[in-house]
Amino acid sequence: MLTLEKRPQPSKALSYITPVLAVIVTMIAGGLLFAALGKDPIVAIRTIFWEPLFGEFASYYRPQLLVKGGPLILIALGLSLGFRAGIWNIGAEGQYIIGAICGAGVALAFYPLEAWYIFPLMVIAGALGGWAWAMIPALLKVKFGTNEILVSLMLVYVAEQLLASMALGVMKNPQGYGFPGSRNLQQYPSAFNNELIAGTGMHWGVAAAFIAAIFSYVLLNRHILGFQIRLTGEAPRAARFSGVKPARLVLICMGSAGALAGLAGMFEVAGPSGQISINFNVGYGFTAIIVAFLGRLHPVGIIFAGLLMALTYIGGDAAQSRLQLPAAAIQMVQGMLLFFLLAVDVLTNYRIKLTKREVA
Amino acid sequence: MTGKLLSIRGLTKAYPGVVANSDVSFEIEPGEVHALLGENGAGKSTLVKMIYGLVKPDSGDMVLQGREYTPAEPQAARAAGVAMVFQHFSLFDALNVAENVALGMANPPKTSELAAKITSVSEQYGLPLDPWKIVGDLSAGERQRVEIIRCLLQDPKLLIMDEPTSVLTPQEVEILFATLRKLKAEGTSILYISHKLEEIRALCDEATILRLGKKVATCTPRETTAAQMAELMVGSELHRPERAVTVPGAVRLALRGLSVKSPGQFGTSLKDISLEVRAGEVLGLAGVAGNGQDELLAALAGEILAKPGMVVLDGTEIGAKGPGVRRKMGLLTGPEERLGHAAAPNMSLTENALLTGAEREGLMQNGFLKWGKAKSFAEAIIKRFDVRTPGPETAARALSGGNLQKFVIGREVMQRPDVLVVNQPTWGVDASAAAVIRQALLDLAVGGAAIVVISQDLDELMEVADNFAALNEGRLSEIRPAKGLSMEEIGLMMGGAHGLEVAHV
Repeated sequence: MLTLEKRPQPSKALSYITPVLAVIVTMIAGGLLFAALGKDPIVAIRTIFWEPLFGEFASYYRPQLLVKGGPLILIALGLSLGFRAGIWNIGAEGQYIIGAICGAGVALAFYPLEAWYIFPLMVIAGALGGWAWAMIPALLKVKFGTNEILVSLMLVYVAEQLLASMALGVMKNPQGYGFPGSRNLQQYPSAFNNELIAGTGMHWGVAAAFIAAIFSYVLLNRHILGFQIRLTGEAPRAARFSGVKPARLVLICMGSAGALAGLAGMFEVAGPSGQISINFNVGYGFTAIIVAFLGRLHPVGIIFAGLLMALTYIGGDAAQSRLQLPAAAIQMVQGMLLFFLLAVDVLTNYRIKLTKREVA
Repeated sequence: MTGKLLSIRGLTKAYPGVVANSDVSFEIEPGEVHALLGENGAGKSTLVKMIYGLVKPDSGDMVLQGREYTPAEPQAARAAGVAMVFQHFSLFDALNVAENVALGMANPPKTSELAAKITSVSEQYGLPLDPWKIVGDLSAGERQRVEIIRCLLQDPKLLIMDEPTSVLTPQEVEILFATLRKLKAEGTSILYISHKLEEIRALCDEATILRLGKKVATCTPRETTAAQMAELMVGSELHRPERAVTVPGAVRLALRGLSVKSPGQFGTSLKDISLEVRAGEVLGLAGVAGNGQDELLAALAGEILAKPGMVVLDGTEIGAKGPGVRRKMGLLTGPEERLGHAAAPNMSLTENALLTGAEREGLMQNGFLKWGKAKSFAEAIIKRFDVRTPGPETAARALSGGNLQKFVIGREVMQRPDVLVVNQPTWGVDASAAAVIRQALLDLAVGGAAIVVISQDLDELMEVADNFAALNEGRLSEIRPAKGLSMEEIGLMMGGAHGLEVAHV
């Protein structure tokens, strides 16, 4: 019989190995899923995980890795702070949308003025927008003890409605022949978040993600606030004993997660996406939850996890178009990744023991 | 194997890195009260867990009433006639006594029948208990009676009791002992685990003494002095804490009518507590567990906030200030619960040193942590309080209870507090380490600090306290000089025997 025995302390080595293990198991289970759909599993897995990096059209796909990975990493970094402290912001998607609306709003308000300060103002507006949207569940939790999971999640749907109304109303492109959607910011140089190095996919949002990763690393490892965040997640009672104010931590964690998600939305709308449209958001805010956990809530891990998740997006697209895999199958693979990670995670805290069951 | 109830032969159990029991053998006669004596970590718990079927021995065997006895699980042990009362109760607060007892039974009878049975057993053995009372409202002594009666309903041949008196007032101990003697007279054997020597001398017929997992001696407690047994237990002569005589100085900590509600549903609210502790004074607060000790510590630590004037430190009103401010001003505390309250289980000792030491020990600058300094601080605690651990990078939960206790108390002591409040400072710590901790507390007092020791160990309080008071249902008794107090008086201050009236209904 298999039994689980608790380790005296969590295994460091395994906490690095389990994400890799989870990826491998996901490939196997994903392969089975594709086989069940009547596709060659090897080809499908290769199309998703290998071709975008080293295949024939890799030079086209590789920049996309940063374009898709940037916002995922940025959002996941913010979420990881709260997750570490046991504060569950599930509404990054909404904060991402509001950040985009605010950022684009600034740009559209200045249009067609060309000035150096427009882009910085958009950055500030995007961050503030996401922050404010996250403050709603945060303040409700602090003041009335509401559940931040529910409130933040429901606000995603509110944000989506707001996005639709913007795309169809106030922000609609007056020269857009009645089509929904705003002006394309890619054609507005002062607002355009262009590639910093042509052909790499590297734009300001990606730069922001890496800067945020460094900040997050320093915060968690070198600063008392980061220590308090980790302490609260590990032992809430010990945190209170230590002098941590839970309410303050909720505001800080939710606020920074919201601001980073807002930034991600703003960089996206000003760059790769270009415009506010009804289907502007593609689920980065939710996928970032997987990224955060896959990256062990650790800044460096999140960078790798973000790139991996970006790969499944890109490879998934390729598999859809080339192998006619349904989009839902790709999403299932992404979900499996989190599912298997949580499953194999047990190994960091427990070891498996083979025992013979004896009869009394 | 005629005559013997239980023979234990060569039981050995090893855990990774530690041998909990090595080749332990002893025998229990029918109707015998057998003491299992040893310091914390001597292997008493592992041994009785093997007898009760919770742990499987690596080697060795047991014979119960002439038949081989290898219980695979507690249920098998119970079926064979072995029952156990644990130190920590497994009762549901929200259910009543009869319902709790029914939960432990394979085929429980109707609640009303069971209640009648409980009443009759409780009368028979002099254990007053109302089967319809909600367990959440019971005192610790009454809860223990629930557990004992639960065992007695199975008509056991061997009753194992793990440190049963640690939650009782002296009067309640007397009631318990009367019950155990009655059981013994009826032929039930009792395996009695304790480290309280006088109790063992009063109650037990035979004693097996364990040290570091091995049986080191057997003795007849009535014919052996407590000092001799202590030496057998510890393996060397015990150092008793000493203190220089001090003249009490100015009032450092004052509570003025402290009243706060408990945050927990079954917690105890504090009611109008007033006291003063002077520089150089050690105030001992006794009380049966659950009478407001946790809440008092939380109110002093700043986890529960009160009105500003209710807590006064060196003349400053701090009742509404949080833990950080109080710590900065010199009021340090050590809660009872080590894992999860005083320390974060999954974090390293270095990180746990930071937990309270960041401010006073200068382990941070402008909010940035100085890991090197934190590590040295943790190492200093480990060194001075002889914490047995591979190093400061070890996770707190990997330490044994006693070693972690040394660490968390040491952490506060080494921060040179002006006022130190500790709850159960030597809980689960072996005798020599307990002496080190008590000595450290006394040294702090000599150095001009005011010390409040909350403890359920009366011997400990008598050893260190200048003044003595007891908590009872969130109220504080009058404060009296510790010298010259009799056990009788202490018992009355603690509230006497809870629930005695119920017996006469």
